[in-house]
Amino acid sequence: MNARKLEAPDVSRVANSKTVSWYEASARQRVRLMLDAGSFQEFIGPEQREQSPHLRVFDLPTQFDDGIVVGRGRIAGTSIFVAAQEGRFMGGAFGEVHGAKLTGLLRAARDTKSVPVLILFDTGGVRLQEANAGELAIAEIMRALIEARMAGVKIVGLIGGRAGCYGGGGLIAGCCSALAVSEQGRISVSGPEVIETNRGVEEFDSRDRALVWRTMGGKHRRLLGGAEAFVDDTIQSFRNITLHLIGSVPGFGLDVLKAEQARLEERLQRFGDCADAMDIWRAKDIFDAEAVPIMSSSDFIDLANRDGDPRYDAR
Amino acid sequence: METLSYRHKAQERAAGSKSLAIIGVVASGNLEVLVERLLPDTECQVDINTAAEGFGAVWEAVVADFVERRSPGGLKLSINDGGARPDTVALRLAQAVRLIEEEDR
Repeated sequence: MNARKLEAPDVSRVANSKTVSWYEASARQRVRLMLDAGSFQEFIGPEQREQSPHLRVFDLPTQFDDGIVVGRGRIAGTSIFVAAQEGRFMGGAFGEVHGAKLTGLLRAARDTKSVPVLILFDTGGVRLQEANAGELAIAEIMRALIEARMAGVKIVGLIGGRAGCYGGGGLIAGCCSALAVSEQGRISVSGPEVIETNRGVEEFDSRDRALVWRTMGGKHRRLLGGAEAFVDDTIQSFRNITLHLIGSVPGFGLDVLKAEQARLEERLQRFGDCADAMDIWRAKDIFDAEAVPIMSSSDFIDLANRDGDPRYDAR
Repeated sequence: METLSYRHKAQERAAGSKSLAIIGVVASGNLEVLVERLLPDTECQVDINTAAEGFGAVWEAVVADFVERRSPGGLKLSINDGGARPDTVALRLAQAVRLIEEEDR
């Protein structure tokens, strides 16, 4: 890259990432617009055709990158590793190859002992057509993620895609150093339909979209401390919060784990009897809890910040 | 699944110097196109892996029309198809060529 190229303001790109919706963008668009222009280098790119060996057994079409883009790049000059799931291919679900690419990336980060990892989650969980391989992949990823954190690597999860972050994806997200979520993002393990199927419509009505969003959506996860930050649904917002989080999240060790355990116990004690997310918001003394779902992003961010910063001694 | 392959003579070499580009996603009614600059300048090949069987004649027509309009000389296009309509296929093929022709910003 020559000096002139570095200096020239890339107007179209700036306009793009400010206005492009994270929710609407593809995995590749998210990576391209979030990182410094031209800095992304993909590992095991689509031209290598590392596709699922299982899907053909079910006569299903494969994707050249198996639904995940992994590589290395820079964000505001800082070197990072990045993985982005494509939520529109099989719901962004984890299969054998898909999972192995993320495991490999996390192990590469562990070996550097410093380069942060961004995981752009967009997943319904494990791919049912290769469920055993997918479940093993989830376990391998969680192990690799914790090993990387123990080696000193910060791992930030970004959630705002169409598939949300469910199943094993929700477990992996829970292991990250920090999470940022948009209103459209949802974080959980069992999805709405799964809960309704297993426990009945009285337990959870999956067609009640307001219920789904106030139980699993970005705003509730932020207020409950399940996510460190809430952001507007633009690629620029996710880029900005990523810079903030990789600069501010704490290290990892026994004291952090103990603080996290204490935080979760306290949360269970305080809100364990609440039947609905809105009961939790009322218990947190949020003025006008009923208005939270319709609140604009900027008003909500103010409210969440007044409610107290996330605890930076835990996670 | 059905596998199809078409090889054509192209009038001109596709512009630009990028070696590969990818567009689209494998989902219902959608497809991905991986385009690679691998062939001699007057050759073009389209390899298709599709979930919708029995549409060979439609693919053949869409590919022939694409080669005539875009003249994608030197390009090998590989498709994973989730049952896209012909207009979507034509759009993605055109996007793929545009992507490999434009310079990286």
